[in-house]
Amino acid sequence: MELINISNLSYRYHKTDVLENINLSINENDFLAIIGPNGGGKSTLLKLILGLLTPQSGTINKKIPNSLIGYVPQNTNLNIDFPITALEIVLMGHISSKKKIFGYSKDDISCAMKSLEQVGMEKFANSKIGDLSGGQRQRVFIARALCSNPKIMLLDEPTASIDVKGQREIYELLKELNKSICIVVVSHDISVLLNYAKNVAHINKNIVYHSLENVQKNINTQNEHLCEVELLSALGKTQICCNHNH
Amino acid sequence: MLEVLQYSFIQNALIAGILISIAAGIIGSLVVVNKITFLTGGIAHSSYGGIGLAIYLGIPVLFGATIFAVLTAIIIAIITLKNRTRIDAIIGIMWASGMAIGIIFVDLTPGYNVDLMSYLFGSIIAVSNEDLIFMSLLDFFIIFIILFFYKQILAVSYDSEFASLRGINVKFFYTLILILAALCVVAAIKAVGLILVIALLTIPTYLAETFANKLSSMMMISSILATIFTIIGLIVSYVYDISSGASIIMVSVIILTVVKLIGLKR
Repeated sequence: MELINISNLSYRYHKTDVLENINLSINENDFLAIIGPNGGGKSTLLKLILGLLTPQSGTINKKIPNSLIGYVPQNTNLNIDFPITALEIVLMGHISSKKKIFGYSKDDISCAMKSLEQVGMEKFANSKIGDLSGGQRQRVFIARALCSNPKIMLLDEPTASIDVKGQREIYELLKELNKSICIVVVSHDISVLLNYAKNVAHINKNIVYHSLENVQKNINTQNEHLCEVELLSALGKTQICCNHNH
Repeated sequence: MLEVLQYSFIQNALIAGILISIAAGIIGSLVVVNKITFLTGGIAHSSYGGIGLAIYLGIPVLFGATIFAVLTAIIIAIITLKNRTRIDAIIGIMWASGMAIGIIFVDLTPGYNVDLMSYLFGSIIAVSNEDLIFMSLLDFFIIFIILFFYKQILAVSYDSEFASLRGINVKFFYTLILILAALCVVAAIKAVGLILVIALLTIPTYLAETFANKLSSMMMISSILATIFTIIGLIVSYVYDISSGASIIMVSVIILTVVKLIGLKR
């Protein structure tokens, strides 16, 4: 089932074209990797989908309400001194069915604890967010997005400033979540990401879309080592035709 | 020394100190986590325009200051929400023009001879019963708003983008935070004066940050610390016969420095 359909989308910022004529369909069960150079418009696309920005032309047709779109923003390292616990952050994501006048209801808290368990962070519920490591913090933000029972989760650079082991753990977690939720990840670490994603969209003002099964057929990554720069430029081309020797 | 507690002006000073400390602890926490100390300073100083106007018109001074401070808060909120990059210059302009308006109105008041310094540096000894009622009402109002909107205020302060995605009216709550800061500033003018009020909002909070892992506990610890600083400051001010506002702030700064130095050694 299609969740989001983007057609002929263009976005300009201060007379500069950031995105041009984007067409993209995001479906249930997708694990979509959005890659591309810095300033290519990846984060902008996510913000357009979320409705934080409004496109100048084109349409974004969302088949699900905004409340079912989970979002894990970039730069979760900001505001580290803020006195807030992991649990309180996750609670921000929960939309309670029963409104309680003061504080949080039992329902709110049990839902948030369940989300923390899903990402393996339940032991740290009452830890101050600044006392956690980068990877742990990222898990908390994934739990916050999970707390609203999303159908689709958008993540903006979830593994930036996390060590390689932490990166793999985050992707393993996303793979697990992908069994029931559509995952869209903006990322730089393509080589790791491509082991988990099912489709990839290369965005540099324009979009180039690949299904990863085809990519793996055409690029033999097993025998010949392909460096990230070459891989990125290969994915930026509409046709992946030949093996690159390195 | 305890016999001084018999004097009603000393009793009033102590009660005022406690009431203001509660407000300063709560609002100071909000100001510090939202990083709007400079904005609050601008509101504090432009409320001086309201003081001058109130003296000129012969209306209660705290009332004039409240109206002026709240209006300034709303104007600053509107400008910040529209154009964040120019905010520092605009605060600077409002800061100075508010002070200028205040001075001009005081100059224009015929036969005026009230001590201007008392509003700049505070005179907690001169707190009246009406002032105490005003401060108590303000404390109740602040506590009620915080209890009622804690979730929303926390979400907007921590991550306003995410809060807006969750359907929280970020602009409304941002403006509300600034209005609360303005009200707290007005309440504290009597005790420490508008020049020193920023210190009372930030020092206890900065210290509380070390011990608190929640915004709510930061508010409580800050309120308690502010109360301790204020009472010690008042005693020092009485014993050495120095200005109460300056004495409260210096006690806070010295305790802050000592605690931070001990923390560094560990």
